Amino acid sequence: MSGEQTRKLFVLSAIWLALLLAPYWMAPLGGYTALATRVLVLGLAAMSVNFLLGFTGVLSFGHAAYFGLGAYGTGLALKFLTTSTPMSLVMGMLLGGVVGALLGALIVRRRGVYFAMVTIAFGQVFYYIAFQWSSLTGGDDGLRGFSRQPLHFRFFQIDILSNTNYFYYFVLFCFAVAVGAMGLILRSPFGRAMIAIRENERRARFLGIPIERHIWIAFTLSCFFMGLAGALYALVNNFADPRGLHYSQSGDFVMMAVMGGMRTFWGPLLGAAVFVVLQDYLSSVTVNWMSFVGLLFVLVVLFFPRGLLGFVRRKSAA
Amino acid sequence: MKNPIVSLVSDRRALLKGAAAIGALQIASPFVVPVRAADNIKMGMVDPLTGVYAAPAGNEVMGAKLAVDQINAKGGILGRQVELLVEDSANDVGTGVQKARKLIERDNVNFIIGDVNSGIAAAIAQVTAEKKVLHVVSGGHTDTITGKDCHWNVYRVCNTTRMEANSVSDLLYNKYGKKWHFITPDYAFGHTLYDACAANLKKLGGTVTGNELTPLGTTDFSAYLIKARAAQPDVLLLLVQGSDMINCLKQIVQFGLDKQIHVAGTQQELESLAGLPPEARIGIWMFEWYWKQPGVPHVAEFVAEIRKRNGGQVPTARHWFGYTSAMTFALVANQQKSLDAIKLAQALDDFELPPDVKLQPNKVYYRKGDHQLMTSAFIGEALNKGKDDPEDLFRVDSVVPGDKTAPPVADTGCTIKWPA
Amino acid sequence: MTQLLLFNVTNGLMIGAFYVLMALGLSLILNLSNVINFAHGGFLVIGGYIAYTITPYVGFWGALLIAPPITALIGLAVERTLIRPLYGRDPLYSLLLTFGLAFIIEDGTRFIWGAQGKPVTVPAFLAKPISYDFFFITGYRLFMVATVVFAVALLFVLLRYTRLGMRIRAGTLDLETVSALGINVRILRSLNFAVGIFLAGLSGVLAAGQLGLEPTMGTGLLMPSFIAIIVGGVGSLTGTLLGGLLIGVASGLTAMYFPAASEAIMYVLMAVVLLVRPRGLLGEEGMMT
Repeated sequence: MSGEQTRKLFVLSAIWLALLLAPYWMAPLGGYTALATRVLVLGLAAMSVNFLLGFTGVLSFGHAAYFGLGAYGTGLALKFLTTSTPMSLVMGMLLGGVVGALLGALIVRRRGVYFAMVTIAFGQVFYYIAFQWSSLTGGDDGLRGFSRQPLHFRFFQIDILSNTNYFYYFVLFCFAVAVGAMGLILRSPFGRAMIAIRENERRARFLGIPIERHIWIAFTLSCFFMGLAGALYALVNNFADPRGLHYSQSGDFVMMAVMGGMRTFWGPLLGAAVFVVLQDYLSSVTVNWMSFVGLLFVLVVLFFPRGLLGFVRRKSAA
Repeated sequence: MKNPIVSLVSDRRALLKGAAAIGALQIASPFVVPVRAADNIKMGMVDPLTGVYAAPAGNEVMGAKLAVDQINAKGGILGRQVELLVEDSANDVGTGVQKARKLIERDNVNFIIGDVNSGIAAAIAQVTAEKKVLHVVSGGHTDTITGKDCHWNVYRVCNTTRMEANSVSDLLYNKYGKKWHFITPDYAFGHTLYDACAANLKKLGGTVTGNELTPLGTTDFSAYLIKARAAQPDVLLLLVQGSDMINCLKQIVQFGLDKQIHVAGTQQELESLAGLPPEARIGIWMFEWYWKQPGVPHVAEFVAEIRKRNGGQVPTARHWFGYTSAMTFALVANQQKSLDAIKLAQALDDFELPPDVKLQPNKVYYRKGDHQLMTSAFIGEALNKGKDDPEDLFRVDSVVPGDKTAPPVADTGCTIKWPA
Repeated sequence: MTQLLLFNVTNGLMIGAFYVLMALGLSLILNLSNVINFAHGGFLVIGGYIAYTITPYVGFWGALLIAPPITALIGLAVERTLIRPLYGRDPLYSLLLTFGLAFIIEDGTRFIWGAQGKPVTVPAFLAKPISYDFFFITGYRLFMVATVVFAVALLFVLLRYTRLGMRIRAGTLDLETVSALGINVRILRSLNFAVGIFLAGLSGVLAAGQLGLEPTMGTGLLMPSFIAIIVGGVGSLTGTLLGGLLIGVASGLTAMYFPAASEAIMYVLMAVVLLVRPRGLLGEEGMMT
């Protein structure tokens, strides 16, 4: 194996080791397992946004809509349709993904700033639906009355409801599956085509790559991943609410991806970790945490546009 | 001319070093848990300190802080000093739940107070019930918290929507007439409040001429007011709160509707009246607590204490909610000489608040069947400006005790299930 | 019934007029600089609070005249320091930056003036309806519409008959050529931004008279502005004008028949426009791909 590959393997193992042992090294440092679970879920969401943003070059600023739809899908499934947690996850993911597929078809022709505006506005449609259709969604009070159920296997059950650590590992498992799928897609010819589109759309078109179709597929895939993240989020809180659909939530995800490093695979997870921990810490310390978070946005955009991992990479490449 | 991009990059090196240092500190610090006196008793408070409810939430926290200072001055709880840990739920359920878990799992609080937002309060109640921590809901009004979603460990200080509706219905009917038109905020609080009012009106023999459901955050009420006026009611009841209340009242007065229809409602807050121009401070309302209560013991001291901390401004009902919530823990824990949640919860059944905490004339106690505080309704009329005091914006006509306005326990849908 | 309908249409037009003011400012900035100014609502709030602060000294009319230019100056400073470095980069960055800026502005106003809503009084002679029947047409709302009409007219005069306006219009179509012709594009963008923020500040002063003044009031007004631009057509100011009025009327009418959907109707309208005529009502093809 070349030096480059050994290094990559080493980094990958380090990441997974850290994730596997999180409940154990977080507590002594003042963290708590629920925080780690939240980082995983929001990290997955950020990575889903990045799938579209960093790898295809398409700016969707309304992606939280699919996140929220995933959450509501899971919540409604658990409330009315099923007592199986994995089943509800699938349903949530489907809701987010299918809606994404439908909407994506409508808007793939636009690009750039206009595309971003349209995605924001579409995202807000779902926010308002969730807000107003209170008989189904609980409106402003959110969807309640469901909770994640213990996982039943033939001979034993895993209580992810009351045991925070068990639930963390369950989420980690789902995260691993999703991330693995994402990685496989990116490594496939389709993934290469996506990157080609990002680099130079016109050239890619000349190469015969069906641009709109590829963007639509990428969009749909990212919505499925988003739906899964949202579904997991509903399980974290045992709750789904309209704010998960709001464009400010989308903004947070994009910021995590940018902060961690848009062009990298693991960057968004790092960005999510920093963002979540920072926000958690700041909001406990000062009531003006919003100014600090806003300042963070401004500083990252002005001085660290390549994000943390992008910065590290440039240093090592130089 | 110097290339701005190049200069940006070279300046960046130095900035990066500095920023990296600061950044590292920021990221490292949450993991350096501040040394907290292990001996302290901790109260956790979750409230939306940012967002649309920032004003009432801030006031609740101020009230709770005053309570904690007073508790500590008197020797604390069980001889130990009390620490109030305040977290911002940012009006987002996910954040609220996370903070509640943080307070319980990492900070090991003994008690939880919160939230102003009913939805978040209910979500936190699920967590506190799961973790078996005593929880007082200071300012979330949705009925289900002491209704069908009640828990053994959850108590509530502020009124339920049924209580609020019951407090004013008779008065409005007798004074103004039988045709009522409603402007209702379109979420759970509004719906239950409307249902309660409409039911009362029907019992009295009146009619609802219309119910305008307004989305939360509506800025322009003109369309709804046009419809309301066309219906020609005797009374226009505004069930909206906060910014919606301010916008709606402002527009009603600008349209001159208050000269044509009587304006009234149920819950009103000093925060809203203070945010209105003087000419818009009109209508008959109920307050959940009011600062000017001549002759009622201890109120003046409370007002003076809050004034010192509030830049000279008087306390609102929100201050009192926070104060009472924190005081409740101290009182019951010191009385029972224990911190055990189940024991304290059982002691809170029919627990009566002493005069220096209840700060109102009637008997105030936590009802056994639903854990709802039987607190009085202050019914009266808004004033353009205070006679003796610029902050006296409400004339209290009557103070109705809570157990007269509250529906019987059987009607609330609450059955308390104690843990084995 | 027809009277009710007429009332609601008129009402909708008045609501729409306000959206137009906000949306035009946003549109100006978007067209020339390709920047989605998420902080536009924040500047509205700043305008309102500045007006509130100086009213005791200069009265309502003084505040109306002075607050928007002050807001525009603040906008100018922001543009110079924060947004200028982002031109030419992916529009993602300006979006994120203005997004963060909106946070800072909301928190900052809360920090300076407090979370408590501030009472704003309008001159007494305006705060009255013009007649018993048309009670919802108060003097103040007529004044607001008049101000909007005046501002819009002024804007169009600026764009059509002044050199600055001509450069802005040219720049919207082809900034590179304008630059090649020797025009200082940086100053052009700054001035354009300032004009847009001036409109936001003016909206804020007007809004403060009608609504409660508090730090979060800007966010609810941002989305309708977006939709007005999308419906009217990106790249066309007249389209934005039309879009704003259209969604105002749609919202007003829906509030009459189906109030729960009075916000959602704007999005439905946007979706319909996007499906039937993706470039917007008056948009030019190729403006914003």
